[in-house]
Amino acid sequence: MPTFVRTDKCDGCKGQDKTACMYICPHDLMMLDKDGSQTGHAMKAYNQEPEQCWECYSCVKICPQNAIEVRHYADIVPLGASVQPLRGSDSILWTIKFRNGTVKRFKFPIRTTPEGSADPYGGKPAADWKDATDDKVLFTKGTHKVDMSQFLKG
Amino acid sequence: MAEFGFGNPEIVEEEVDVLIIGGGMAACGAAFEIGQWAKAAGANLKIKLVDKAALSRSGAVAQGLSAINTYCGENDPSDYVRYVRNDLMGIIREDLVYDVGRHVDDSVHNFEDWGLPIWKQPGDEDKSLRAGGKPVRSGKWQIMINGESYKWIVAEAAKKALGMENIQERVFIVRLVTDKNDPSRVAAAAGFSVREHKLYIYKFKCCLLVAGGAVNVFRPRSVGEGTGRAWYPVWNAGSTYAMAAECGAELTMMENRFVPARFKDGYGPVGAWFLLFKAKVMNGFGEDYSTLRADIIKDEKRFGKYGHGVPGTCLRNHIMLEEMLAGRGPIYMDTPTAMQKLAEKMTPKEVKHLEAEAWEDFLDMTIGQCGIWAGENIEPEKTPSEIMPTEPYLLGSHSGCAGIWVSGPTDLPGVPEEWSWGYRSMTTVKGLFTAGDGVGASGHKFSSGSFTEGRIAAKAMVRFALDNKDWKPESSRTTAELVEEIYRPVKTFLEHKDYTTAIDVNPHYITPKMLQFRLQKLMDEYVAGVATYYRTNGAMLKVAEKKLEMLKEDSLKMRAKDLHELLRAWENYHRIIAAEAHMKHIQFREETRYPGFYYRMDHNYIDDENWKCFVNSRYDRNTKQWEIKKVPYVQLIK
Ligand SMILES: Cc1cc2nc3c(=O)[nH]c(=O)nc-3n(C[C@H](O)[C@H](O)[C@H](O)COP(=O)(O)OP(=O)(O)OC[C@H]3O[C@@H](n4cnc5c(N)ncnc54)[C@H](O)[C@@H]3O)c2cc1C
Ligand code: SF4
Ligand code: SF4
Repeated sequence: MPTFVRTDKCDGCKGQDKTACMYICPHDLMMLDKDGSQTGHAMKAYNQEPEQCWECYSCVKICPQNAIEVRHYADIVPLGASVQPLRGSDSILWTIKFRNGTVKRFKFPIRTTPEGSADPYGGKPAADWKDATDDKVLFTKGTHKVDMSQFLKG
Repeated sequence: MAEFGFGNPEIVEEEVDVLIIGGGMAACGAAFEIGQWAKAAGANLKIKLVDKAALSRSGAVAQGLSAINTYCGENDPSDYVRYVRNDLMGIIREDLVYDVGRHVDDSVHNFEDWGLPIWKQPGDEDKSLRAGGKPVRSGKWQIMINGESYKWIVAEAAKKALGMENIQERVFIVRLVTDKNDPSRVAAAAGFSVREHKLYIYKFKCCLLVAGGAVNVFRPRSVGEGTGRAWYPVWNAGSTYAMAAECGAELTMMENRFVPARFKDGYGPVGAWFLLFKAKVMNGFGEDYSTLRADIIKDEKRFGKYGHGVPGTCLRNHIMLEEMLAGRGPIYMDTPTAMQKLAEKMTPKEVKHLEAEAWEDFLDMTIGQCGIWAGENIEPEKTPSEIMPTEPYLLGSHSGCAGIWVSGPTDLPGVPEEWSWGYRSMTTVKGLFTAGDGVGASGHKFSSGSFTEGRIAAKAMVRFALDNKDWKPESSRTTAELVEEIYRPVKTFLEHKDYTTAIDVNPHYITPKMLQFRLQKLMDEYVAGVATYYRTNGAMLKVAEKKLEMLKEDSLKMRAKDLHELLRAWENYHRIIAAEAHMKHIQFREETRYPGFYYRMDHNYIDDENWKCFVNSRYDRNTKQWEIKKVPYVQLIK
């Protein structure tokens, strides 16, 4: 199910040196066609290797213009359906259109804290070098309680 | 000097204390843990993380996940060991699995602190796990989450912990280099940017190799536009196994593979359907074959005692494969009956909620499956869906245990001395550490366990770096040699491209895509891929061995017409080495340890007497020879 970019919506991320879709694709698929030599559409993005697309939707979710959509694999899926997200700061809204016209909408929370606020060490203890060789502890000292009698050589 | 450009990269050399290769769950765990120990030791360590993609969406969790599959909670870690041992047919490193079990919950608590929504039992909605909130379990070890932003959140914490200035994205590491004065020690790693014409050489005291599992080693079931729709992430190319092997690290259990039964074509998860919605499978005639024919795995001559009790994942696959081979397909997940049964006890509002949960399971981690359902007009409450086993994957963190042999914890009773050699999570190569998909003989860690293993390794790496404070890494390869090697596909292309009129067909080179097709075809046809219903034998493996050797020779003629293709070239090279390890191990283990994942038809039974042991291997990059041996299994937990 490869992604495609709508010519009417993509603005090439306004000519910034890296586009959002190129930045995020884990498989290096999204490309900006600077001069239009690849697609005939200058300063617009495209998927350079559609048959390698994992349909992870990372690019779809991040595109500021909502210009990226997905056309399900032509070798597997009948035409006419679509699955499109709108990702906000605390939830994601999905619209699923079936081939037969049925529409389903779902909204799910995505995080409980404001974007960018994750504090790795807030409220956590500091590591103690005395424990450096003790395999029983990591720095947070949150080890699960254990029943050592379960070992054959207890 | 000519301007830097394609074929003439700028060389960036950097020396650090610790290099982290990869940016997935294990890498993020290491990023979280490492600075704290360095700080405690009063050391100012230089740490660098390199990922071939962007941390926020790299690795297996890029889409998100709908469950955290390892959370002990009310269970004792020893029980976790028993579950993993049973599912992986008796052979695991119990010391490693136990270590994950006792530390994993703490990692999950941190995810929740950072903002990951974790489902709670009614009444506990506002109570964190840390404060005793009861999670919604879909199984004894699994807890449900709203995980669309799982990786985004974990990466956010990791980036802050390490500092963005210490993270280099879009650099693909091609190979590790041993030390000039000590060939059993790693000293450097070399790779290239897929964005700029730059080649990177990092020297370090130690490094954590956590580049995920191996996908697209076998011919996938879809070979058209759907080729990329593998179940495991198509971008993890076996870099972990290949680079470790080429550096001389001992691998373990590389014969193991994972062949998940998933919704057909989209490879959507079935776990929630089985565990949460209690759905049943049926054959093409509507029979509940898995109950009707549950007894076939009780044949002790073939399956030993493994078919009694809770059957391992591979044995459940075996029952399904027998059904398909007998011509009683297609196999369906009976979703309508499951939904109806649940609806009998529920209000319409609760049913609506349930339906949303079923869709969320896909939308959170395999969105493509929704596309297939929508395209085929499949509503799970009305229409059952086909399930089918996928092509094989090599991995060490999900329901498989392929990987690298590592040093274990030192405080557990009964562990053989030779299972730990100084630094936890270090491989047999001095200074080379691994975690997550990299660690062999310790499956079922999943996302939370992989993160945890990254933490465990990071702690030991700080100690290693400090103990080697005065040691200076010296690469056994010159910079010129490394540049020559890594950019060879570019040079080959530039040198020969004008020999023919069409650039893809040229006797002087092979495109990375064709190299991949060749690998996949031979693995599929000779090494128990889907073409033979996962069957092979000694004679077929001999053919594979020959073909792989020639493929490896031809990899010297890979071409790259741009940086993107250079990435594909080296990914596919890594796939070849990972595939070869898999093939050699299957060849060595003369039994069928994982029926349902693969069959050695010439030894089609489990042979505990001769083969209840680890199989470990070492590759010699110079002679291209594999050395393979048995290592005794030792049971630690009752
Ligand atoms: C479809 C699916 C469903 C899953 N379901 C669950 C679930 O429900 N619950 C659960 O807990 N777990 C689940 N998992 C498993 C979980 O995602 C993995 O166990 C975990 O991500 C493994 O962590 P890792 O760090 O070893 O690898 P990854 O997280 O895959 O990270 C690998 C990293 O290495 C980088 N990399 C690769 N090669 C190179 C290279 N040569 N140079 C530089 N960087 C490189 C990649 O970009 C990536 O950053 C699922 C996975 C998948 C794919
Ligand atoms: S992120 Fe969207 S707007 Fe930006 S280049 Fe890509 S498709 Fe175009
Ligand atoms: S859906 Fe994922 S794999 Fe496909 S182009 Fe977008 S980011 Fe890349």
